[in-house]
Amino acid sequence: MRTSYYVTGTALAVLFLFPLVWSGWASVRTDTGFGLENYARLFTSANGIRPAHVLNSVIVSALTVGGTLVVATLAGYAFGRFRFPGRDALFLLTLAILMVPYATILIALYVLLGWLGLEDSLVGLSLVLIVFQLPFSVFMMRNSFEAVPIELEESARVDGCTSFGTLMRIMVPAVRPGLVTVGLFAFLSSWSEFFAPLILLNSTGKFTAILAVVNMRTASHGSIDYAALEAGVTFMAVPCLVLFAFLQRSYVRGFTSGALKG
Amino acid sequence: MRGRAATGALYATPAAVLVGLFFVVPLLLVAWMSLNRWPLLGAPRFNAPANYTAIADNALLTDAAWFTMKYTVIITVLLFAIAFGLALLVQNRRPGVGFFRTAFFLPMAVGFASASLLFLGLLSEEIGPVPVSGDSPALGSAVLLVLWRFAGFNMLILLTGLQAIPVDVYEAARIDGATRSQMFLRITVPLMRPTIALVLTMMVTGSLLAFDQFWILTRGGPDNSTTSLVMVIYREAFIRLDLGSAAGISVVLLVLLAVLSSVQLAVLRRRSA
Repeated sequence: MRTSYYVTGTALAVLFLFPLVWSGWASVRTDTGFGLENYARLFTSANGIRPAHVLNSVIVSALTVGGTLVVATLAGYAFGRFRFPGRDALFLLTLAILMVPYATILIALYVLLGWLGLEDSLVGLSLVLIVFQLPFSVFMMRNSFEAVPIELEESARVDGCTSFGTLMRIMVPAVRPGLVTVGLFAFLSSWSEFFAPLILLNSTGKFTAILAVVNMRTASHGSIDYAALEAGVTFMAVPCLVLFAFLQRSYVRGFTSGALKG
Repeated sequence: MRGRAATGALYATPAAVLVGLFFVVPLLLVAWMSLNRWPLLGAPRFNAPANYTAIADNALLTDAAWFTMKYTVIITVLLFAIAFGLALLVQNRRPGVGFFRTAFFLPMAVGFASASLLFLGLLSEEIGPVPVSGDSPALGSAVLLVLWRFAGFNMLILLTGLQAIPVDVYEAARIDGATRSQMFLRITVPLMRPTIALVLTMMVTGSLLAFDQFWILTRGGPDNSTTSLVMVIYREAFIRLDLGSAAGISVVLLVLLAVLSSVQLAVLRRRSA
């Protein structure tokens, strides 16, 4: 029983880890041995990616993570600790975003962003990505704020803290695991999101890194440079894997204390 | 106390503005666009219901609908079975279980488009260690990719449902002489109904909206045989430059998905009552 558990578990773990390990291996494998030639081709070939594309991705991720954290923290605090007209309706409406697959409204968002003067814009893309993050993030932050003992907040108010002061000095530190989870998810999805930038960004100069890497595959009508593609995959995956490993403990804690309660 | 309500409303304002502007408005706009001849460039003109009547004549769309449905059934069945199996495997705390959970979940950290490129190489005949060939290699590759990427994520959700079942329910059943399979069918599955409903809904919706994997792995080919519904929407909008037609298909898909998830939830809720 015990042995079969470990044999099955290990075999499956190998199966799940193998593609990741293979991709890293294939990205440094060259005709003559091992080296960084595939990465060099990734950054120099005609349809390859450029430092500007990486910068675009960093900008979009930073705007999305920052925006999601600010909006979800304020809204989570409002939903978790205040009563005001329209509160429940707004909360349900935010969750309803999950029910409407965004692929079906991106055409309208494309037109809408054009009207707002945000066509082909990294800011416009980030705003859309923030909205897609809101159902999960607001739900998570509301539950996190609800889990903070009410006495903590009241004692701060008795000590003369303003509402915003209480939020910043007492409440935000208390919901840190939730913030880490929300931020990590916002980063993972904005860093690797493909469909929204494909629709909302038109000029190659504005492309995010993943758009540029995929472009290497779709723009090549002849043979595909698979080795350079795997270099692109590894390049895109490493920041996510590092961040994931780094934050795994607090992220799992946030997941169990916030998302799954209530 | 009125002041406190105002403070709360103020904190909720940024979220309300974003949800209104980038969710409610586009939802209304896509419905309005579907009633117009709406070229990518140029002025729109009311033409209802032409975008809807054109749907029936769109041969590519019918093929895509069938293909997407076939793909959805395959993915939902396989992914659910594998994710549930993994969740049962790692549900108890024992040495090493954390490593297994992390290993199964780790593919989720790689973006889906990146994962698609990874599998493009992994399953290629040029550099892949496991080249996939056969009658329909395209569909098979996409299925393998989705199973690899999403099994661990769904395992984690099912795991939270498994762990919410009180241990004494199993204890009582064991004292009454229930076998392991009886306990699974009579206790585990019924008590996990809400979690199962959530996971199945996400799997079905996600598969019906498949885009990245086919765009990257097969580009819809060979001969449009792996063109999904969302790829047709993209093609109507940005290749045929007809946003009205794309909006029409989007609205149909949207209504279909809304009906589907409410039916699915209602069925599972009634059975558990």
